[in-house]
Amino acid sequence: MMTDLTDLTITEALSALKAKKFSATELAKAHIAQVEAGRHLNAYITETPEVALKQAAESDKRIAAGQMGKLEGIPLAIKDLYCTKGIQTTASSAILKGFVPTYESTVSQKLLDAGSVTLGKVSCDEFAMGSSNTTSAYGNVISPWKRNNGDNRDLVPGGSSGGSVAALAARMCMGATGTDTGGSIRQPAAFTGTVGIKPTYGRCSRWGIVAFASSLDQAGPFARTVEDCALMLEVMSGHDPKDSTSAPLPVPDFTKALTGDMKGLKVGIPKEYRLDGTPAEILKSWDDGIEWLKDAGAEIVDVSLPHTQYALPAYYIIAPAECSSNLARYDGVRYGPRVEGANLRDMYELTRAKGFGAEVKRRIMIGTYVLSAGYYDAYYIKAQKIRRLITNDFLEAYKKCDVLLTPATPSAAFAIGENEDDPVKMYLNDVFTVTVNLAGLPGMSVPCGLSADGLPLGLQIIGKPWDEATVLRTGHVIERAANFVAKPQAILKKAA
Amino acid sequence: MAELIKGETGAWEMVIGLEVHAQVIANSKLFSGASAVFGADPNSQVSLVDAAMPGMLPVLNEHCVEQAVRTGLGLNAAINKVSVFERKNYFYPDLPQGYQISQYLYPIVGKGFIEIDMPDGTSRTIGITRLHLEQDAGKSMHDQHPTKSYVDLNRSGCALMEIVSEPDLRSGDEVVAYLNKLRMILRYLGTCDGNMEEGSMRCDVNLSLRRPGSPFGTRTEVKNVNSVKAAQQAIEYEAQRQLEILESGGSIKQETRLWDPAKLETRSLRSKEDAHDYRYFPDPDLLPLKLTDELIERIRKTLPELPDQKKHRFMEQYGLTAYDAGVLIAEQNRAEYFETVAKSSDPKLAANWVQNELLGRLNKEGMSLDDSPVKAPALAGLLKLIADNTISGKIAKDVFAEMFTNGGDAAAIVEAKGLRQVTDTGAIEKVINEVIAENPDNVAAFKGGKDKLFGFFVGQVMKKSGGKANPDIVNELLKKKLS
Repeated sequence: MMTDLTDLTITEALSALKAKKFSATELAKAHIAQVEAGRHLNAYITETPEVALKQAAESDKRIAAGQMGKLEGIPLAIKDLYCTKGIQTTASSAILKGFVPTYESTVSQKLLDAGSVTLGKVSCDEFAMGSSNTTSAYGNVISPWKRNNGDNRDLVPGGSSGGSVAALAARMCMGATGTDTGGSIRQPAAFTGTVGIKPTYGRCSRWGIVAFASSLDQAGPFARTVEDCALMLEVMSGHDPKDSTSAPLPVPDFTKALTGDMKGLKVGIPKEYRLDGTPAEILKSWDDGIEWLKDAGAEIVDVSLPHTQYALPAYYIIAPAECSSNLARYDGVRYGPRVEGANLRDMYELTRAKGFGAEVKRRIMIGTYVLSAGYYDAYYIKAQKIRRLITNDFLEAYKKCDVLLTPATPSAAFAIGENEDDPVKMYLNDVFTVTVNLAGLPGMSVPCGLSADGLPLGLQIIGKPWDEATVLRTGHVIERAANFVAKPQAILKKAA
Repeated sequence: MAELIKGETGAWEMVIGLEVHAQVIANSKLFSGASAVFGADPNSQVSLVDAAMPGMLPVLNEHCVEQAVRTGLGLNAAINKVSVFERKNYFYPDLPQGYQISQYLYPIVGKGFIEIDMPDGTSRTIGITRLHLEQDAGKSMHDQHPTKSYVDLNRSGCALMEIVSEPDLRSGDEVVAYLNKLRMILRYLGTCDGNMEEGSMRCDVNLSLRRPGSPFGTRTEVKNVNSVKAAQQAIEYEAQRQLEILESGGSIKQETRLWDPAKLETRSLRSKEDAHDYRYFPDPDLLPLKLTDELIERIRKTLPELPDQKKHRFMEQYGLTAYDAGVLIAEQNRAEYFETVAKSSDPKLAANWVQNELLGRLNKEGMSLDDSPVKAPALAGLLKLIADNTISGKIAKDVFAEMFTNGGDAAAIVEAKGLRQVTDTGAIEKVINEVIAENPDNVAAFKGGKDKLFGFFVGQVMKKSGGKANPDIVNELLKKKLS
């Protein structure tokens, strides 16, 4: 019985809690046990079972009183980029080791206010910089999935939100939060057979979330179904006067958008995403998706996003530029570990040299370089111009269609250590996802099938600004048609 | 016009531009809700944003924006309807974010001008290049511990206006006049208290020398100039330093220098090569600042009468000289005081009394106008007694002294002390007769042609009457008696 509880969707659990088939405390305990059983995956940096049990007990009181919140009693994992009051928040960096915020991020507060239960803080790439969750100062996160071709190497869960998806796929939570700056929600979702949505820039408040690249960062949810994702997003969204870039718009009822059909919708297929060298199985999954949407009543149209090839270079100028400035505050003066030096400059250098990992240092240096006098126009200004062109590409395409369908990633998950030799190869993981951040659009990854060696593949749905509803509706149709029921080996092994 | 420096090889002209940092009068900081009031215990007015905690975001304080617009309008400047906050990146412990949020390419206020008044009565127009909003840094304290520095973040994030002048200033006197006028305008507007000594107005001086009529020379920037006096001293020193280099055939190094108020010298802080690369870029946490015409017009409507307008009005309406008007408008409350008095008295008499008797006495006592025991209506009452010949100007000074020391109403004091002027010709004639009888020699001398002795007789009569005799009547009667 208890193991079954961890296999439920959020929606199923909510109705069971309401029907008092089990208590929030039982649900929390089942997940706490699963978190312990899955420690070898290294998904959590900080487990908070006491917090979870206390919150679950309060949920039970509210359930008894008939005052259920939208996520009452649902155990969640929170990406360690979200500041959580009284709970260590590290951004997976040594430079924030031991940092306990006195404040709660707006988005995680909204989740708490909806009655959710916090199982702990999950790992990610350091400061969300990475596509493999191998840059965390607290060790690699291991995917619960394995290849079925005899290759027993540990695989990456994707990144940066690797801990979120590893925990979710391994049933160590029912839903998780992520952040997405260049694909950090969609790529890990695709790698682990989970659903993840990055809403429109400005839909969720960034207040209290450790910043990587402010003009690109967005919070978003992970869950095992599109419906659960819609429910979480509804709770997480909304205007926040504390974030000047958050939009003063009402939050639609996202779950109501899931109609199950595509009638009257035009789906655009951008030809530039058909890259040379894309594996046949990725292209096939894309074609499957097109067929499914057609079957559900969609009209398929070919569209062009002509500046796509410049997106990755532009992204790897803008994101590091902002990061180089955003991370200047980690100087050992006010919080975080300090390494004393002979003088002030020495202290800064020693503290930051020790506190930041190699990938973070690389990006700070790139960012510092592209903002420097004499290089600013050639790099930063040019990248901003490309960003504008990419946004225009999308707006032009949306004159012909309502939503776009593309692969989420150029490949299935890779083994830990693969791609590590060449940063550019690693950056190519984001080739289908960064455009969406540059244009500030909503994007989602939904599982659509398995690769030849048994690993999940995902399709990406990209929407018009503020039209998460259509993205979710489209994702829901794909989810139904794909009927993705595969489970990671880590779960199967345990069940067996 | 410009005063030239006479060097051994010929004349040199100073070219000076100022960057003034003015603290905005506001209850809270530029991007956080923390109090911006000064003098609190260290680190007691620091929000999570001011301390740059992870995940914190700036939210623009609209009041500070309105203050900047107000100042821009007061400086006759163009208000930019779109401006952009950028990050100026550098590391220092009193700068918690590792960058200062400032404005760079697109400031909120563009070109304007102010008129400065020179001691010789002439005026000059000085161009304003721009005004932008930015965050103040915290305060590093290096004297609290033998090996460590302490940081107080109370000031961190408070709003500053940086007001940049064109290189239009040509002498230390002009700089003094500029700073005084700028401070006066800011105080009139209520956008900065202008207290340089308390650091709420700070100034960087850009100075170069050139041969008159030649292109600008290489300049140095002198920082840490914290009073009007320091500005004058720093300019004198720096001009002399540059003069010596140039006259001996050397060239000026473009650099930032620091004014040392103890040693009265400037010294090199960093050269152009060592200048920080601040890596400015638009702050992605803040949207471009857009102002509506409605807002600008609403603020324009609330502008007070500004110093120059008031000065010209005083000259026209009250017939004052430029100098007198300039003194009276220097402070808003002074101008107000004057106008209250002038309403019911002769304006020129009012101007004289406010400047000489009132301000003179206050100055002597080290008191401010607001503390004056003699309020404007009371002074007006005194001047009325002069105008209607109840007392003479001389007696009025005694009455004023009494009012200043013990308070009270002028008319009441005059009555109580019997100071009312004697206009009874019979009484005055009696005194005159006495004086003539007592001074037969002088009477003879006067009649013999020593006209100057007339004053002697007036003095004697006034003395005998205890100063109360009406001087006009004394004159008239004396002339008759002595003829």
